[in-house]
Amino acid sequence: MSILVGKDTKLIVQGITGGAGSFHAKQAIEYGTSVVAGVTPTRGGETFEAATSVGTVKVPVFDTVSRAVKETGANATCIFVPPPGAADAILEALDAGIELVVCITEGIPVVDMLGVRRVLEAMQREHEARGRRIPRLVGPNCPGVITPGACKIGIMPGHIHKPGHIGVVSRSGTLTYEAVGQLTALGIGQSTCVGIGGDPVSGMDFVDVLELFQADPDTHGVIMIGEIGGGAEERAAEFIKSKMTKPVAAFIAGTTAPPGKRMGHAGAIISGGKGTAAAKIAALEAAGAKVAPTPSDMATTLKSMMA
Amino acid sequence: MKIHEYQGKQLFAKYGVPVPKGIAAFTVDEAEAAAKKLIADTGSQVVVVKAQIHAGGRGKGGGVKVAKGGAAEARQLAEKILGMDLVTHQTGPGGQKVRRLYIEQGLDMACEMYLGAVVDRDRRRVAFMASTEGGVEIEKVAAETPDKILTVHVDPTVGLSSFQARELAFGLGLMKYGKDTVGKFVRLCAQLYDLFVKEDCSLLEINPLVVLKNGDVVALDAKINFDDNADFRHKVWSELRDDDEEDPVELQAKEAGLNYVSLDGNVGCLVNGAGLAMATMDIIKHAGEKHGVAPANFLDVGGGATQEQVTKAFAMILKSPKVKAIFVNIFGGIMKCDVIANGVVAAAKELGLEVPLVVRLEGTNVELGRKILTESGLAIEPASTMADGAAKIVKAVSQQSKGGAA
Repeated sequence: MSILVGKDTKLIVQGITGGAGSFHAKQAIEYGTSVVAGVTPTRGGETFEAATSVGTVKVPVFDTVSRAVKETGANATCIFVPPPGAADAILEALDAGIELVVCITEGIPVVDMLGVRRVLEAMQREHEARGRRIPRLVGPNCPGVITPGACKIGIMPGHIHKPGHIGVVSRSGTLTYEAVGQLTALGIGQSTCVGIGGDPVSGMDFVDVLELFQADPDTHGVIMIGEIGGGAEERAAEFIKSKMTKPVAAFIAGTTAPPGKRMGHAGAIISGGKGTAAAKIAALEAAGAKVAPTPSDMATTLKSMMA
Repeated sequence: MKIHEYQGKQLFAKYGVPVPKGIAAFTVDEAEAAAKKLIADTGSQVVVVKAQIHAGGRGKGGGVKVAKGGAAEARQLAEKILGMDLVTHQTGPGGQKVRRLYIEQGLDMACEMYLGAVVDRDRRRVAFMASTEGGVEIEKVAAETPDKILTVHVDPTVGLSSFQARELAFGLGLMKYGKDTVGKFVRLCAQLYDLFVKEDCSLLEINPLVVLKNGDVVALDAKINFDDNADFRHKVWSELRDDDEEDPVELQAKEAGLNYVSLDGNVGCLVNGAGLAMATMDIIKHAGEKHGVAPANFLDVGGGATQEQVTKAFAMILKSPKVKAIFVNIFGGIMKCDVIANGVVAAAKELGLEVPLVVRLEGTNVELGRKILTESGLAIEPASTMADGAAKIVKAVSQQSKGGAA
């Protein structure tokens, strides 16, 4: 088992005819992901062809997500739509009943995401009240989700991963790769790796992902990678303290970041004295997580807890 | 992106938010002429001369002065303020040079308040905050007396409701100025929310918002930050930008499509990914703190950088005089290691490499990248991990300082 994605995931790619969309759709297919359709408004009826090591794979392209879902039974989407249309693409996917929406797009205006978030929350409450599976949004501005050996949704390099039992959740793309690389080098595999993204307003939070890892019998321990800005790591610390029985190793990037400066990610900024690395590290350690002293020690820190 | 107070007030006026009469001035002569015009228009001898820089706390730093003796006094104040290095709690010790002034009519105020709107990321809503403690550092109020800050959260589907604005108004005690004042405040809040959303703000602050002796509510200040992500739908922003207020190196980086932040240390860093770039700074500081080794910059070349962008990025680091060594740390995902290697080699060959260079490459096309570096003939020290790289950087810098002392 794993969380969010696996062998039964049927993926569509929104923006499949664009540069990033077509490149990563090909990579996903090559990795073994079941890519059942592409969506590009006005390009419906075309066929997307991916030359892979097992021959050419043909993927039908639709004008709308709802049509793609109807025709193929897709249950997940990966969004590569550029910023002006990305929030709309998320809303379209949610409306079509997609269970897992992964948005890779970087640079979506925060005002757009406030509206998306409002719709998502209302939808989740409604589904929960009716006892249905709740829709999930991962990202935007994230590397995506991968269950090694089964399904890759996003832009992460597949070859560094190894199937196994460690969950990884992170706000940063390349730091996720760093953690995965360290784990794999130690011979430790991963159950699922989730990049939740570096934007101030987004979908799944650390707590949402930790909840799933805690419930997943196939995940035995977790590496959580946070960074300066916001209060998501502090909320995660509360969850770890009260609900988590599995070991959690953490790293917080930005100990040396100056206040008031945006460190690349729109969300990575210390403002009004809030969101410092020191506060997050203290909260996590008080909750029983072990915080790696340097980014080079993420996997060894977790390994020391697993013995 | 930040804009000046006078630009913010022009935007306020467009949305109906009441602001004092004022005129922007770039020279002392313009300032005097502006004062003369305001005095003629308002019939009052009182004008305020305000430094225009992108930082708060200008009054305390001596950048805002009241002239009660007419245009001649306004001219004298303008002479003093224009060109000064204004130091506030937000500028850093070097201060910020004042290049623009705003000359504004003086008003008789009954009270000063604070009103701000910001994206509350924990609640995922726009939060409106108000406080009776206007005209002072709001950060201080928030830290010391948080109960003096009133907050309401806005549902994006319906916008700011009147009852929410009324809650703020009654909380601020505006009833003592009459119900008209409450109504004016509620209208102003609605206008501000409209502006916040339509103009894609990330922060909007009025400190102080004042009630005049006649009961009017007026924005005496305007601080607006725009959400950079939304620049594709605001062509006008490029005209509002003031490059003098930006760090020249950071500006150059932005034009090249790179994320760059200047820091105080001596190790230049070139990294892909914001998180890894921050973590690289952290590990250098962790390894080098005792030896006086620290990062000179944050630089994220991103996932989709071209060889040309990498060359530009590396050249920027090479040109910085404070850099005593360079650490290239790449975990290639979308970014291919050979693109990085080619960019680094091109820049080093063009500008000459006079400081130690430590390179750690991992991920996509790593073998090809390493081969390019080895065959370049450049003095590059390879590192196997981040920790190994940081240790080698610290050694390289501390050896230099020893050599310099001897």
